[in-house]
Amino acid sequence: MFDSLSGRLNEVFEGLKRRGTLKENDVDLALRDVRIALLEADVALPVARDLIKKVKSEAVGEKVLKSVTPGQMVIKVVHDALVEILGSDDIKLQIPLNPPGAYLMVGLQGSGKTTTSAKISQYLIEKENQKVLMASLDVARPAAQEQLKILGEQAGITTLPIIEGQPPIEITKRAMQAGSLGGYDAVMLDTAGRLAIDEALMAELAAIYAQVKPIETLLIADAMTGQDAVNTAEQFKQRLDLTGIILTRVDGDSRGGAALSMRATTGCPIKLIGTGEKLDAIENFHPERIAGRILGMGDVVSLVERVNESVEEEEAERLAAKAKKGQMDFNDMADQLRQVTNMGGLSGLMGMLPGVGKMKKQMTEANVDEKMILHQQAIIQSMTSRERLKPKLIQASRKRRIAAGSGTTVQEVNKLLKQLTTLNKMMKKMGKMGNKGLSRHGLSGLGMPGFPPGFGGV
Amino acid sequence: MSSESWLSRLRKGLSKSSSRLTEGVTAVLTGRRLDAEAIEELEETLILADLGPSMASRLARTLSQKRFEKNVESREVLRFLTGLITEVLEPIATPLIYRSDKKPHIILTVGVNGSGKTTTVGKLAQQHTKKGRKVMLAAADTFRAAAVEQLEVWGNRTCSTVVSAETGADAASLAYKSIEQAKSDGTQVLLIDTAGRLHNKGNLMAELEKIVRVIKKIDPEAPHDCVLVLDATTGQNAIAQVEFFQKTAPITGLIVTKLDGSAKGGVLVALADKFKIPVHAVGVGETAEDLQPFEAHDFAESLVGLEIEC
Ligand SMILES: Nc1nc2c(ncn2[C@@H]2O[C@H](COP(=O)(O)OP(=O)(O)OP(=O)(O)O)[C@@H](O)[C@H]2O)c(=O)[nH]1
Ligand SMILES: Nc1nc2c(ncn2[C@@H]2O[C@H](COP(=O)(O)OP(=O)(O)OP(=O)(O)O)[C@@H](O)[C@H]2O)c(=O)[nH]1
Ligand SMILES: [Mg+2]
Ligand SMILES: [Mg+2]
Repeated sequence: MFDSLSGRLNEVFEGLKRRGTLKENDVDLALRDVRIALLEADVALPVARDLIKKVKSEAVGEKVLKSVTPGQMVIKVVHDALVEILGSDDIKLQIPLNPPGAYLMVGLQGSGKTTTSAKISQYLIEKENQKVLMASLDVARPAAQEQLKILGEQAGITTLPIIEGQPPIEITKRAMQAGSLGGYDAVMLDTAGRLAIDEALMAELAAIYAQVKPIETLLIADAMTGQDAVNTAEQFKQRLDLTGIILTRVDGDSRGGAALSMRATTGCPIKLIGTGEKLDAIENFHPERIAGRILGMGDVVSLVERVNESVEEEEAERLAAKAKKGQMDFNDMADQLRQVTNMGGLSGLMGMLPGVGKMKKQMTEANVDEKMILHQQAIIQSMTSRERLKPKLIQASRKRRIAAGSGTTVQEVNKLLKQLTTLNKMMKKMGKMGNKGLSRHGLSGLGMPGFPPGFGGV
Repeated sequence: MSSESWLSRLRKGLSKSSSRLTEGVTAVLTGRRLDAEAIEELEETLILADLGPSMASRLARTLSQKRFEKNVESREVLRFLTGLITEVLEPIATPLIYRSDKKPHIILTVGVNGSGKTTTVGKLAQQHTKKGRKVMLAAADTFRAAAVEQLEVWGNRTCSTVVSAETGADAASLAYKSIEQAKSDGTQVLLIDTAGRLHNKGNLMAELEKIVRVIKKIDPEAPHDCVLVLDATTGQNAIAQVEFFQKTAPITGLIVTKLDGSAKGGVLVALADKFKIPVHAVGVGETAEDLQPFEAHDFAESLVGLEIEC
């Protein structure tokens, strides 16, 4: 998306520069592509419209016209505007000053409230050293209270005992009492999913809110949400003083325009993002990353950060050189698998690279994933060192031996062999994308061709 | 320009622009064609309903070609637009049909997390038990906390048998077991509920593939229906969902949930156009009765706002 967007914009501006004059119409034409990109990313229409207006006034300026790559310059202007709306990073959750402080989790049905309740509780316990009590006020959804209870048991977090038939307001009272009596710092209140247009349920929520005066009232919203994100966020904001938004399912491949829409309409910061079903899959929100994602640019900053954290530069260079030529052997693959596990999985890594959306699809189809990685590592360990260096040696009887040694099947061994071939092909392709190659900034050199250095960075 | 003022103006602008659109289209004609502004407003209405930019602009282009009567009312224009959308949707409106020759008729539900699979299984069970059919529910979501308990409540509500395994068990084995049991006890409809999975997760999609493979081992024609449950609040990502799930499982159609909310589910039009994928039913609430047939014309009317406007 990004590659094609900047490509198209460059074409438009090239044409304009040759003519020497820039008319308003011309800029409009160019910005139409930006508008489409935003709308395809589910940015709400009114937000997209105003953004374009702002960008237009800046895009007509000298800076863009004089730039060698005006298309990319326009995208930079858009990107910066997106980051500006999305707000600054590191907005931390409030920690209770007068315990017990209540955290109220609200949102539409199925948005991830219960899971996120447990995630945040665990986060508060582990990172902030808080004593947390969880309570489910959901008497609507079948087995909702059991769900929170089981999550509590899994993570070792106390939950309020369930009393059948008790209405939400009563449960709230009981939770806050248990919170004070038990010396808890925080009481996590998980509520039933509700539609913003459901007057009765919204009134109930407002009553609970008034009763506990939460220190955090968090709207839990799905990153895949479309245009309705604006309505929903606006209406929840009208009824409750939202203190923040938590975006869930950011581990999906949605472009995440909803984040922008909700931030712009409510002014509420996005405090955290959910990146998986497990309870530790919660992360800080970084505006540049979502901005890049909305524009389809890939998560350049994250990639650089994570790569720096877990890969030794030299090793990366060596691997990169081989990878670029498509000459990786099983030793390299083993190295890579190990690094990739440290970096949060191959699919995560691929998703952060700009312009590799298609390859990510191929990877998904090839079933390159976390569990698989464990199997693959076992298979490679069962190979002799010669086999690792010369994969071609691995024929029928060797395959059987390796499969038996690693507790896998010959099919799986075959699959891995094929994956090495595929990976080599892909890496070769990727190598061609980066003109500077991989050397200078580790893997980040794979990034955007011809892009101003530091762009998209912090 | 300071960033403060820009942001606050943006926020103010937002409420203004959304209210303008709900006032409906004032059909202004140049000659006998709609003027550019009217076309743009209509296009924006469609975008706001999640049809996506390319589908919306395609419909707008068709609209701009159309010659209307001299004094056409906005309602007329909206009707015409409804007609255009209905044409796209009509062919895909296909209800789920019970096949008594299948013993049991196996329906597999799949979809991303939280889309409404389990609830939809409950609603489908209700429709069948009401007709006096013997129904079994298989809890092949062996991952999520209390997924089994949730399905058991639906089993009780709809007088269906529930087959389950402990958390962490192999989903495909559970599916296999449920079919064997359903065959032996004369179950007529077997509904298999699966765990939510994001379509970009290779391992979870492989698990789904395995479930399908195992089902086919017993009956190569099964699952007789494989329903992708889609949340109506989902935006353009629905396209990727359909694309990926179709690659992994023999999807026979969609059920779109949560249409009782303010989201319109317009991405269905893009899906209909791109994949010609059937839509079986729509979810309009959280009770067992809240599953309705998908009516192309009604749906199109709600997308353009005709059912409330004018
Ligand atoms: N992949 C992924 N799945 C998530 C995430 N957060 C929640 N889920 C899943 O989404 C589904 C719904 O989550 P719940 O926590 O039950 O949602 P809820 O908002 O409490 O739902 P209701 O109480 O019915 O309104 C479950 O399958 C969760 O495992 C996330 O960040 N990533
Ligand atoms: N308003 C409304 N809510 C619905 C509808 N269908 C499902 N829900 C609600 O959406 C939430 C999630 O529904 P589930 O059936 O648990 O979703 P699921 O797809 O099984 O979720 P996972 O198994 O966690 O992936 C629940 O609170 C349901 O009551 C609908 O048509 N309208
Ligand atoms: Mg819940
Ligand atoms: Mg479920």
